[in-house]
Amino acid sequence: MVTEPPPLVSVRGLSIHYGDKVALQGVDLDIKTNEIFGIIGPANAGKTSFLRALNRMDEFVPGMQVLGDITFAGRDVRTVRNLYALRKRIGVVFPLPVGLPLSIYDNVALSPRLSGITKHAQLDEIVERCLRRAALWDEVKDRLKGLGSLLSGGQQQRLTIARALSQDPELLLLDEFSIAVDPVTTMRIEEVLKELRQELTIVLVTNLVQQARRLADRTSFFLGGLCVEIAPTEALFSGGAREQSTVDYLEGRFG
Amino acid sequence: MTSDPNKDSAGPPPKPASPQPASPGPLPLRHAGHHEWATALDHRDRTWWFDCIARLAVLGGGLSAILFIGAIFVFIASQGIDFALHHLNWLDFLFGKRWEPTVEPPEYGALPLIMGTCWITGVAMIIAVPLAFGAAIYIGEFARGRQREWLKILIELLAAIPSVVWGVIGLQVMKPIIQHVFGVQVGLNVLNAGIILGLMAAPIITTIAEDALKAVPETYREAAEALGASRWQVIWKVVLPHARPGLSAAVLLGIGRAFGETIAVLMASGHRLMIPESVFDSAATITATIAAELGEAAHGSEHYQVLFVLGLLLFGITFGINLTADWIVRGRRSRA
Amino acid sequence: MTTIDPMFVATPLEKRNHTIQQLVRTLLLAVALLLVVPALLILGVLVVEGAPGLSWSFLVDPPRSNGAAGGIGLPLLGTLWLTAGALLLALPLGVAAAIYLSEYARDNWLTRTINVAIVNLAGVPSIVHALFGVGAFVHFLHFGKSILAASCTLAVMTLPVVIVATRESLQAVPKAFREACWSMGATRWQTIWRVVLPNSGSGILTGLILCVCRAVGETAPIMFTGAVFLRSMAPQSVFDKTMALSLHLFNVSTQLTDVPHHLPFSVALVLIIVVLALNGTAIAFRMRLRGRKKW
Repeated sequence: MVTEPPPLVSVRGLSIHYGDKVALQGVDLDIKTNEIFGIIGPANAGKTSFLRALNRMDEFVPGMQVLGDITFAGRDVRTVRNLYALRKRIGVVFPLPVGLPLSIYDNVALSPRLSGITKHAQLDEIVERCLRRAALWDEVKDRLKGLGSLLSGGQQQRLTIARALSQDPELLLLDEFSIAVDPVTTMRIEEVLKELRQELTIVLVTNLVQQARRLADRTSFFLGGLCVEIAPTEALFSGGAREQSTVDYLEGRFG
Repeated sequence: MTSDPNKDSAGPPPKPASPQPASPGPLPLRHAGHHEWATALDHRDRTWWFDCIARLAVLGGGLSAILFIGAIFVFIASQGIDFALHHLNWLDFLFGKRWEPTVEPPEYGALPLIMGTCWITGVAMIIAVPLAFGAAIYIGEFARGRQREWLKILIELLAAIPSVVWGVIGLQVMKPIIQHVFGVQVGLNVLNAGIILGLMAAPIITTIAEDALKAVPETYREAAEALGASRWQVIWKVVLPHARPGLSAAVLLGIGRAFGETIAVLMASGHRLMIPESVFDSAATITATIAAELGEAAHGSEHYQVLFVLGLLLFGITFGINLTADWIVRGRRSRA
Repeated sequence: MTTIDPMFVATPLEKRNHTIQQLVRTLLLAVALLLVVPALLILGVLVVEGAPGLSWSFLVDPPRSNGAAGGIGLPLLGTLWLTAGALLLALPLGVAAAIYLSEYARDNWLTRTINVAIVNLAGVPSIVHALFGVGAFVHFLHFGKSILAASCTLAVMTLPVVIVATRESLQAVPKAFREACWSMGATRWQTIWRVVLPNSGSGILTGLILCVCRAVGETAPIMFTGAVFLRSMAPQSVFDKTMALSLHLFNVSTQLTDVPHHLPFSVALVLIIVVLALNGTAIAFRMRLRGRKKW
């Protein structure tokens, strides 16, 4: 038998509650290494909650309860001994950009520094590489000492992506990253994501159906806390959707 | 709140026997040759332990507040409790009219001190509450821009004047004024101490009352103004009723402040151990009596112990006042 | 000639409301001024009566004739010792407590208990703190009447001031920064150290100044734990007794006879200048902080 490489993330019976409210129910899925996994769906479908559960950010949300199993690289994320090491391996980009009130350079160098890298040459190299990757280098290379929190929204979002890349993550979670970014920059970041697929795995939550189509290898459709279906993107968009609700959403009848 | 024990695994208490230990044993994935980096997920490195220690250290800081308030109670009680339970006649203590701890036989009737405290606090509140509420309403609802900033700064500075300076003011400035204006012999009396205490408590009441007014949502004011109500009608009918719990908390905390003030009262009240009959009589308060007599009472003597009983009384009353004020403010927040 | 739509002409009722409004406004302003003006007048009296006695030698000379003459050098020095000691003890403890409450604590019974304890600690009368200092530090811990005991007492008393001011400045840092940092795998402590503290430093400094301010002005807690009316030499160690500015002021204005008229005013003026200068600095810090936008 041919052994398929084991999935990077596997989720079994995942349910998420906020107090009495159920945000996500009974989700089973696998995310393979080096794929872009798209998640589409209308608001309140549980997409963001799903991402939060993946890197254990539920801890920051009072009242958020996660049930079920999530394994990352074969480890149950709820019982890893070093939670911070887990988060270091999972980069996150939030919908609203967060430029930390540090200099642009320090924003990107923060994560390497936290891991104990102190050599200037090494830090310079990481900062430049990550900023180039995030298509921000040319705009800020002359003012790396400026405050990251005073950049424009689109620039801050790219700074956030650069910061996530500086962690050297295995898995990158993008939560509707294009909300605060202009279309041209969005296209540039999408190009970057396609390249990044060579080295890491990406979960792309998006409210733009066409973005999932352009980027994702497989796409799943979330609706009202349920994972309605998961299919290879091509199949899904060329009429291969099994569920009526998926077809309706893709065709824009609701959302 | 969640009680899932797994959720705490970021926390410091290292769980030696977790139900599903993430054993470093051969996991299938590592056999397959993937994810070598994943061993780091089970390795607690230096930063992890540092975080753990830092958390314990700052928790210690937080606990110190509990420790100190507990220690204050325990130490004051332990010095006075034996005397309070076995030797002190509580009836005489609370209702006796003579406080003569140094004559033989000593008399421990605290009524003059209790009455003196009540008189002076009462006068202080009569002066402070209208001033403070008026100032709070003006600053919160009418004043704008620079004028508002300046008033707030002045009131903050007023609150910072040390009590011994207030005492000097009572002694050197208020005393002749009172003698002159009211034509009385004694310038150091309930009125003097009450005015001084009122001026001391007013900035605190103003600040808290202004916070209470600020906490009334702006939408309420806008809704009332949209109906054509004038600014004053809005304040009277909408803002003040809504802010009432906060305002009562402000008065309570003001009372607590006036009640616990020591040096200024000692200097301005004349410190006469008799029940005052008018605002022009000198009087003594519980706090001032402790301050005046602690220095001369021998450690461990009856006199020393009875001063601690007075302290316990003060502690109990202010504790009650603060808890009530806190409860009023919090109760309102949780309802809102 | 323009005519006004009768709809926009004020009715008698509306006119009356307007008058009441103006009246109330003026009245309230008068009340606010009534609170502020006497204080300014009093300050004026202090300046007028006290300023002639101020001089360099008044600030540095030791008191003479039991304090009725001479300067205030030793009391000033003693206040410096006491305040520094209180700060050294209260600051680490208070900042740690504030960090715990703002960054680690969840909403549970322990947190609520700590908060209640802080509220009550802030409300305990200063004379009760004095009793505690005498019972705990002077006698139980055998510090004796000393700078150490007095500083400990002051530290317990100023602890809530430090905690509340620091906690406020920590919570002014938006939560999104913390989440961004945590999601990168920073530990809580790394987040605090790299992102939260650098952005609330000025706030903590404000708390520190207020703490100093409180410690400088207090009299009751130190008069039984370590400060004395008269001492002819500067303190050599924390186990010495010392004079203190606030107690010296109490002394010259109540305990001594035949004191020159201006002396209490001069001492009070020095004390109040120190306190108001510190407070003014704290206010200026806060204003500058508000004016500078970092996010």
